[in-house]
Amino acid sequence: MDMKTSGRKLGLKEKYAHMTRGLGWETTYQPMDKVFPYDKMEGIKIHDWEKWEDPFRLTMDAYWKYQSEKERKLYAIIDAFAQNNGHLNVTDARYINALKLFITGVSPLEYMAHRGFAHTGRQLRGVGPRVACQMQAIDEIRHVQTQIHTISNYNKFYNGMHDFRHMHDRVWYLSVPKSFFDDAISAGPFEFMVAIGFSFEYVLTNLLFVPFMSGAAFNGDMGTVTFGFSAQSDEARHMTLGLEVIKFLLEQDPDNLPIVQKWIDKWTWRGVRMLTLVAMMMDYMLPKRVMSWREAWDIYFEQNAGALFKDLARYGITMPKCVETAIKEKDHISHQAWATFYQYGAAAAFHTWMPTPEEMDWLSSKYPDSFDRYYRPRFEYWREQEAAGNRFYNKTLPMLCQTCQIPMLFTEPDDPTKIAYRETTYKGEKYHFCSDHCQHIFEDESEKYMQSWLPVHQIYQGNCFPEGVDPTAPDFDPLAAVLQWYHIQFGADNLSFEGSEDQKNFEQWRGMATQNV
Amino acid sequence: MSKVFIALQTNDDTRPIIEAILADNPHAELNEAPAMVKIDAEGSLTIHRNSIEELLGRDFNLQELHLHLITLSGNIDETDDEFTLSWAN
Repeated sequence: MDMKTSGRKLGLKEKYAHMTRGLGWETTYQPMDKVFPYDKMEGIKIHDWEKWEDPFRLTMDAYWKYQSEKERKLYAIIDAFAQNNGHLNVTDARYINALKLFITGVSPLEYMAHRGFAHTGRQLRGVGPRVACQMQAIDEIRHVQTQIHTISNYNKFYNGMHDFRHMHDRVWYLSVPKSFFDDAISAGPFEFMVAIGFSFEYVLTNLLFVPFMSGAAFNGDMGTVTFGFSAQSDEARHMTLGLEVIKFLLEQDPDNLPIVQKWIDKWTWRGVRMLTLVAMMMDYMLPKRVMSWREAWDIYFEQNAGALFKDLARYGITMPKCVETAIKEKDHISHQAWATFYQYGAAAAFHTWMPTPEEMDWLSSKYPDSFDRYYRPRFEYWREQEAAGNRFYNKTLPMLCQTCQIPMLFTEPDDPTKIAYRETTYKGEKYHFCSDHCQHIFEDESEKYMQSWLPVHQIYQGNCFPEGVDPTAPDFDPLAAVLQWYHIQFGADNLSFEGSEDQKNFEQWRGMATQNV
Repeated sequence: MSKVFIALQTNDDTRPIIEAILADNPHAELNEAPAMVKIDAEGSLTIHRNSIEELLGRDFNLQELHLHLITLSGNIDETDDEFTLSWAN
């Protein structure tokens, strides 16, 4: 090539400026408002898109280079994991149930995040945020792929993971994460970015990925810790995008403040509710525990989000009110959720169990104000009953919250002995909620949330049976039919861990791996 | 003053990075967890390219941090030579 170069390499700031300022143009064949029809519909006012600044200033060449290196490292480890029967190195086969919840509940969200950011990036007329969304869209599809590849090594040996995508769209508890993302992706582009980029990535993913993945390392799961940290190395960039979008919106126009505050309030609560599943995974599903849910909450929410909201106070942003409720609930939600899954263990695609006496002592020490008083007696009773051959399975379908879709299992913030019920009437129909905050979200957008696909309602309406079954037949078993429709194999995927195929196989294979038999 | 933090994987590549961060930020605290470290610092934390290069004995591009980064908190200011995390309040 004859092109002359100056010999001097461009600095980070210059390279980034060329990519995000030089590559955009004003359309002439069609007006910009027709090309970008969504970025004004939410009432957000943007005066100068050029003010968008990605602090990482990552350019495409650097992006591809570092992402490919991350992939090479990850896949080398996945190969080693498969070649060395890495699945037999986990602490205890109970741990694998956390992965079942992960692949059915979380990985499909990564795919939705990919779709959401691809869509949102297309809808923003500024090049800076468009590029940032594009990179995040590519990251997210990488996450779902690496998670499927890693966990497929467990699917070869254990039950419950064979049809995760089918289950994600149908199974009752998976409607909680599914509806969270569907809610975000069906909002406008800025609400989507605040929901996912800010509330989910910045405020909450630390709680999902950091202590949990460190926990995977602690439990000997080399594959999961590697995909987790590989994904998390992208999350640091996503969090930055999340914080950047908030600052950008607030600096553009004072009229954006109330809109952004409302989104922050709404999505912080939506996220807090969804994290109930993570709370339970940390306190009950990791045989070796790094820290309790409460400790993780104190570090990553109270300290970190506290610092963040103090920083954003200069724009007039205040800490969402729902945080007071979340703080009151932090000693309770993991126990309440696990108690619910234990009762409904016949309808879940993973195994459940009661904690061992030592594990209960650990829970008492981590939750001195709540565990012994409210949860231990019930758990010990269930443990005794199971040992006596009376394992309790609840067959009455629970009432669900119209907004978060979680069964009504949460207690009143100031009374852990009383289930919290809220209700409202809209267009002549009654709707139920788990909390004041879920009720307020519904009341603000009733037309949206009245359409919620609530698994329990759908089961009662007869929409969750395999095609061709006759619900009027004398021997019809509705719950068995629902499990068939979910693709949950009765006796293999569900019920107690004690006595499960997974438990027997793991013991036998580990024995074969350590002795000459 | 609020705390900022950065969490990195523990591996061979991050050892000199962690060492450089702790040397350049005497107010920073190291918290070790399985497979990772979290470095917390009051107010702000700055990572200098030069310090890492000195320990590493080769050129280092601060964007290589992306390979090992787990999470961080604070407003970011990144140039070719420095990477700073800070809170306004």
